[in-house]
Amino acid sequence: MRMKKFFEAASALLLCTALLSSCADSAASESGETAETGEAEAQTLTVQDMEYYTRFKDAGISINVYNWGEYISTGADEGTLDVNSEFTKLTGIKVNYTNFATNEELYAKLKGGGASYDVIIPSDYMISKMIKEKMIQPIDLNNIPNFSYIMDNFRNPAYDPENLYSVPYTWGTVGIIYNTTQVDLPEEEIDWDILWDENYSDQILMFDNPRDAFAIAEIMEGFSINTENSDELIIASERLKEQKSVVQAYVMDEIFDKMAAGDAWLAPYYAGDALTILEENEDLAFVIPKSGTNLFVDAMCIPVGAKQKEAAEMYINFMCEPDIAFANIDYICYSTPHSAAFEMLDEETQNDPVSYPDDEYIEKNTTVFVNLSDKANEQMQTLWTEMKSAQPDSANQWLVPVFLLLCIAAMIGILIRRHIKNKKDIF
Amino acid sequence: MSKLRFFAAPYLVWMVVFIAVPLLMVVYFAFTTADGEFTLQNVGDAGQYANIFVRSIWLAIIATVICLIIAYPLAFMLSRMKKHHQGTMLMIVMLPMWMNFLLRTRAWMTILGNTGIINTMLEFIGLEPVKLINTEGAVVLGMVYNYLPYMILPLYSVMVKIDKSVLEAASDLGCNYMNTLFRVIVPLSLPGITSGITMVFVPAISTFIISRMLGGGSNLLIGDLIEMQFLGNSYNPHLGAAISLVLMVIILLIMTIMNQFSPDDQVLI
Amino acid sequence: MKRLGKIYLALVILFLYVPIFVLIVFSFNESKSTTFTGFTFEWYAKLFRNELIISSLINTILIAVASSIIATILGTLAAVGINSMRKVPKAIVMNVTNMPVINPEIVTGVSLMLLFVFFAARMNFEFGFWTLLIAHITFNVPYVILNVMPKFRQMDPNLFEAAQDLGCSPFTAFRKVILPEIMPGVLSGFMMSFTYSLDDFVISYFTCGATSQTLPITIYSMTRKKVSPEINALSTIIFVVVVIVLIGKNTIENRRYNKNANGKADY
Repeated sequence: MRMKKFFEAASALLLCTALLSSCADSAASESGETAETGEAEAQTLTVQDMEYYTRFKDAGISINVYNWGEYISTGADEGTLDVNSEFTKLTGIKVNYTNFATNEELYAKLKGGGASYDVIIPSDYMISKMIKEKMIQPIDLNNIPNFSYIMDNFRNPAYDPENLYSVPYTWGTVGIIYNTTQVDLPEEEIDWDILWDENYSDQILMFDNPRDAFAIAEIMEGFSINTENSDELIIASERLKEQKSVVQAYVMDEIFDKMAAGDAWLAPYYAGDALTILEENEDLAFVIPKSGTNLFVDAMCIPVGAKQKEAAEMYINFMCEPDIAFANIDYICYSTPHSAAFEMLDEETQNDPVSYPDDEYIEKNTTVFVNLSDKANEQMQTLWTEMKSAQPDSANQWLVPVFLLLCIAAMIGILIRRHIKNKKDIF
Repeated sequence: MSKLRFFAAPYLVWMVVFIAVPLLMVVYFAFTTADGEFTLQNVGDAGQYANIFVRSIWLAIIATVICLIIAYPLAFMLSRMKKHHQGTMLMIVMLPMWMNFLLRTRAWMTILGNTGIINTMLEFIGLEPVKLINTEGAVVLGMVYNYLPYMILPLYSVMVKIDKSVLEAASDLGCNYMNTLFRVIVPLSLPGITSGITMVFVPAISTFIISRMLGGGSNLLIGDLIEMQFLGNSYNPHLGAAISLVLMVIILLIMTIMNQFSPDDQVLI
Repeated sequence: MKRLGKIYLALVILFLYVPIFVLIVFSFNESKSTTFTGFTFEWYAKLFRNELIISSLINTILIAVASSIIATILGTLAAVGINSMRKVPKAIVMNVTNMPVINPEIVTGVSLMLLFVFFAARMNFEFGFWTLLIAHITFNVPYVILNVMPKFRQMDPNLFEAAQDLGCSPFTAFRKVILPEIMPGVLSGFMMSFTYSLDDFVISYFTCGATSQTLPITIYSMTRKKVSPEINALSTIIFVVVVIVLIGKNTIENRRYNKNANGKADY
């Protein structure tokens, strides 16, 4: 496995440098040299791409990429690719790479943050919300030849029916990571309700974003995870409130460290990240509860107002470059919608029911998030904030006004006293 | 001197554009809907989160009191040291403050964690692990740790001005320790106490990092609530502005009350 | 009593330093967990190869230097001007100036963010270096003013007019008469702005954009991911730098103090 990885990376690297030097020598003598470096498949493609990628070579452009944390190959493990710096090496375009932790955070930053990004990677439901609110712009697929690698079942998805706005990056499901030394149960017996189990009080981590958290409660209650029914949302939020007493912390990517270090025993998280964590601690296991789960697709989009649309499209195309797509999924462990990258995976992973469940399972057990109506969205957010702020011994809501009134009264009292004193001083 | 007035002109422009106008925008956002219509709804909604306000005020008060209790004797001891020792000691006490507070707070995560240093040590000597992190106690600890120097400094700077002979006179006139403390030192150091209290209380009540890192996301404070509305999981800048406004009012009220106890009005910071 | 005091002092210092030493120890730890498995310099090597950290460090210093210099100039001029204002306008200006000092940082950050968003939408600029710089200047100026203002109280108000009567232009008079008198305040204001700017997280968090991350913001985003011990290495380096700077400052001051004491200068 390691050796293979290393060879993949090395050949990719060689390819890149060879291409660069050949390009520098003369643009005309393209075809010959690169063929010798190996992979026949990459040959024709990369040569064709060379002109495409070097268009902005000396323009001094930079693009702003906003991605989830731990969601790209950074070259941290030896022999893997540092995707962003490879892109810069190839194209001369600088990448300002920053992270967000949840879809909602991305939305807030885009809506009210005033920052301008060129490439963002939201999930399905957030993409349709952003399309609806005209926050992302159509992508010119002619500029993304590598879109041809995207598997058919990931084209024209429900969240972007005409495939105008997004190029899928990864997909996956949500399940529960648990520490087998502490949670001694057969896999089949673990369902979502274990996250409410008082036996594991204070050893449970929970999603720190409303949509994923509500989905879990909704599945348990037998509701649709896309319910817009106000009563159902309230019931789900009551469920989450009950859970609060057993939850150790609400976190997102902090899960990596906490689970790996044994700081917590149970946590729901995305399958890809779960597999990454499993590599770090052999006591951990991952299960997708049988009562159903959410299937998500994260896709690359270009926000309205992007300063470098063509460079952004180039970046997206680059991410769909087979070597790059493979390097990414190999590092982040998510499932890929990219046919060539999928082929490059070893057989074990290709047949892994967690990463690549069969169609029947997907059909029966998983649901994709749909963007909710504004009203339902707003209600969910209010309920979420309320749930997070709720205290076991709920404080009286009059406390603050009374406190403020007391302060004001004290102030007036002091002012009057001072006034009298001043008068005395004068006489 | 009148011509010198115009020296302030560039700053006045700056002040209006970047201090006054932004604060007015907070007020504007607090009282409007997304469509720009006047509403009281946001301020009303802010009232829903009364328990968060109560918790924030409560935790901030506890942290401030603990800071005062720890810092008062310390500052007094510092001020009674030999002059050249004072500088060194003060530097030693203030040095941690120069580290980035995110790093300092993260260190406590390592210490207090379920498999952290304290619990590992407890396990080593055969005791049950204790839940330390993700509690209100951890949040208060984080506040005390981060803001303690803010309490020490103003206290020290007033106490260093209390002349030794004053204390000697007090004991000559028959004061015991307690009497000297409460009838001489405390009244003389009152300005330091008030400014120390405000310097600890204000950041403590509005922090969102400490509660997030040490509180586990279930001990929300006002700061978290505001952050959530602007850059976090529930985007609603109008509600966020309303909460900020309420926070501002609370702090201004507390400041005004605190100021009544200090003899001259200079001790704002 | 004396011994009790020493124990107390030691305890407080222990409390203040234990977390920092924990960070330092773990920066040399081979494994990523909280058990010490072996000594390594790996994280330091990684840190210096981490472009994001290096570039945000450069940004932080750039912004701290630029904002504290601008704030010092703006604030010193402002202090001179405010000092010669009449009572009511002076009170108004001072009250507004105090706002960023009294207000919680988060409110200042949010208010500036609202302002910038308003202008960004209308004037087609984006969050980045400039918004950060403006924000930093804004919270720095009041500290400069508050440091400089008290110096005027120790100054003879007639000096300035005397200089002008003797033929100085107002500007020369300002440079030759007022500035030397208020210089200590200006310097301490500058130092204060510089350190606040270096360390600021909350206000930067609300006003930074996709580019121009400052170090505290990068640290924050590092703590929200899989944490690499690089962050401990970074703490150690910062700590060492701070210690060196402060010791240097202290020795210079001590030397000056001793010199003055020996020479019986008016100190």
